[in-house]
Amino acid sequence: MDFQLSSQEEKFRDEVRAFLKDNLPPEGEKRPADFLAQWNTKVREKRWVGFSWPAEVGGGGGSLMEQVILKEEMARAKAPGLGTCFMGLAWVGPSIIQYGTEEQKQKYIPDILDGAYQWCTGYSEPDSGSDLASLKCKCVREGDEYVVNGQKIWTSIAMWSKMMILLVRTDTEVDSKHDGITCLLVEMDSEGLEVRPIKNMGGGAMFAEVFFNDVRVPVENRLGDEGQGWQVTVSALANERSSIAEVYGLRRKMDELEDLAERTVRAGQKAIEMPSIRRRLQRADIRIEAMRLNGQRFLTKQLRGEPLGSETSINKLHRAALEVEMGELAMEITGSASTLMRGSDVAPDNGRWADYALGWPEVVIGGGTPNIQKNIIAERLLGLPKD
Amino acid sequence: MNFGFTEEQELLRAEVRKFLNEKAPLEEVRKQCESEEGFDRGLWKQMAELGFAGLTVPEIHGGAGLDLVTLLVVLEETGRSLFPSPLVSNVIASQAIERFGNEEQQARWLPGFADGTRLGTLALLEEGDDLSPNGVQLQAKKDGEEIILTGRKLFVPDAGNADLFVVAYRMGPGPEEVGLALVEKGSVGVSASDFPAMDLTKRVGSLELTDTRIPSDHLLCEGGPAWSAIESLVELGAALVTAETVGAAEGALAITTSFAKEREQFGSKIGRYQGVKHPLAEIYVDIESYKSLIYYAFWALDEGHEGAALAISRAKAYASETFPLAGINGVQLHGGVGYTWEYDIQLYLKRGKWMRPIYGDADYHYDRIAQLGGL
Repeated sequence: MDFQLSSQEEKFRDEVRAFLKDNLPPEGEKRPADFLAQWNTKVREKRWVGFSWPAEVGGGGGSLMEQVILKEEMARAKAPGLGTCFMGLAWVGPSIIQYGTEEQKQKYIPDILDGAYQWCTGYSEPDSGSDLASLKCKCVREGDEYVVNGQKIWTSIAMWSKMMILLVRTDTEVDSKHDGITCLLVEMDSEGLEVRPIKNMGGGAMFAEVFFNDVRVPVENRLGDEGQGWQVTVSALANERSSIAEVYGLRRKMDELEDLAERTVRAGQKAIEMPSIRRRLQRADIRIEAMRLNGQRFLTKQLRGEPLGSETSINKLHRAALEVEMGELAMEITGSASTLMRGSDVAPDNGRWADYALGWPEVVIGGGTPNIQKNIIAERLLGLPKD
Repeated sequence: MNFGFTEEQELLRAEVRKFLNEKAPLEEVRKQCESEEGFDRGLWKQMAELGFAGLTVPEIHGGAGLDLVTLLVVLEETGRSLFPSPLVSNVIASQAIERFGNEEQQARWLPGFADGTRLGTLALLEEGDDLSPNGVQLQAKKDGEEIILTGRKLFVPDAGNADLFVVAYRMGPGPEEVGLALVEKGSVGVSASDFPAMDLTKRVGSLELTDTRIPSDHLLCEGGPAWSAIESLVELGAALVTAETVGAAEGALAITTSFAKEREQFGSKIGRYQGVKHPLAEIYVDIESYKSLIYYAFWALDEGHEGAALAISRAKAYASETFPLAGINGVQLHGGVGYTWEYDIQLYLKRGKWMRPIYGDADYHYDRIAQLGGL
């Protein structure tokens, strides 16, 4: 075992640290109004947006270890994210790089890196949630066009997106439901495409239903071959790394929760000094540390050239449990005031924690529900028979 | 960056596993632990000859001089087999002498630990079951350079077999007026025996001292340094036990999983049902997680890293809280046969009971985390 960085890696880390020191206002200091715009330009110039992507498509060509160092240093410095096109950077871009034509790469990749506009993801359907491969959205080829009819749901940020990566069924006469699925890149202002936002239980609307009524998509907008859509999707989702960013996100939330418990006084006692609260904070804290170290073991595996398999479900399960538990803990810490939404002087941190406690489904259900993750572990890692 | 084992360590793992699979399958383990001594001296001797027993003892004293991460590999395997042996107690006793003994003491005692002929253990707890300084009440009377000890130590691992006890005693009323001494079984006024206990693979007993005279060359340390020494030995114990627990938990999960693949009810293997799958997946997630925590802790111990104690407490707290559930859920998923003496899953359930409090339960380690400046 060895947690030391090589001298080359140390050099890279120092370079990252120096950049962050020069370009981030000191902690606690207010960031100027144009800070984010400037930040986005600077990190793009440094090729840190799409840092893991090959240099020839405009990415940073960073090694696995450099990616980790960059993420860790950024998280430590509480830096804003790299790039603004969230889904484009997370899986649309990697899919296009792997399966796209030269034209598609030239057309879409620079915009994703620049954050020119948003992409959304048309995977789930009303009857195809956890069982995604059963999707039915109908697609028929007519000459140089595909004609799409059907519905998608839980499509995050559909209303603010210019493009969608869409899964449709081009062949219903297949033995396996995984065959006959095709991936299309669709312009959101296409005729016959309608977006209806869905209000979530927190009162906001981040996701939507998307309806397709004879929507025509040029054949050149197909990503990969006809019938190859499942493969395109799966390899893009496998692009997820050893969960380092998530761990730091949870760690930051944990620090805030600890701070909340420190400054909340109930019945004359600081919440953090209440043994039941303290134990629960500690229990969550240990799990975040376990996630961090699990990630290091996964990373070691990757560095040895072994592919990551279903073990990433371990940290997904931890994260799901932690998001719920930490939201609940915030409620327990703040007591009677915990249920107050923003808009009164009594709501703790102006309702932030209430929003948080109502916000976990986005993460917990969005990436595959915990029950599905448990199935994955039981079937693929423990070898139990398929359900 | 490498959070994994070296090729040599993986080879050692394979060697230990092969040895234990051959010599200590569970039916053998049952015989060994139900014997008079509770373990097989012949096997222990063979283990010593293969170098497993004296792995961490420095080479100049006849050991292999290897680090704790290498020992971790062996412990995972002894845990997986529920192998009854004095290994954990011996490592703690020998480390006490190596860390806190002078050169003469090391030269005198360590070779016996290296070749496995000496069996040692830490005698710390008393009636109060208290791991704080207050828990050490066994009185020492000064007599010139020597001390005279009288009192009773409880929950002493492997008490019945040990021939050398590392004993914590009290010299005065101040919290840290304590000391550590070596007490030989053959000395006047010493008696030790094991209690009947749940987990037959792990012996635990008491040590009684009545006006036992301890010569000055048997004293390890006194005062503040002695209390730090005691704390570090508890940490070491917690680390070693958690490492064994990783293997034991994987063993419990493996036999429950293979049962679920075979057993049929309602026309299907029960492992197909989510009510069976999901608890097994949860056990897996917990094992992998305290595994990561304890691996890191062992690395930190070897490096003398300032975060080592914190890392150990996190791992032990997590394992103490969740490993007992692996046995409980394992028995439940077996159904009726899980409740029988004949089926092996009960052995793991009992190991869970044994490991929960030893060298600090979850509560103790949560408090320790706070004390050490963690959350």
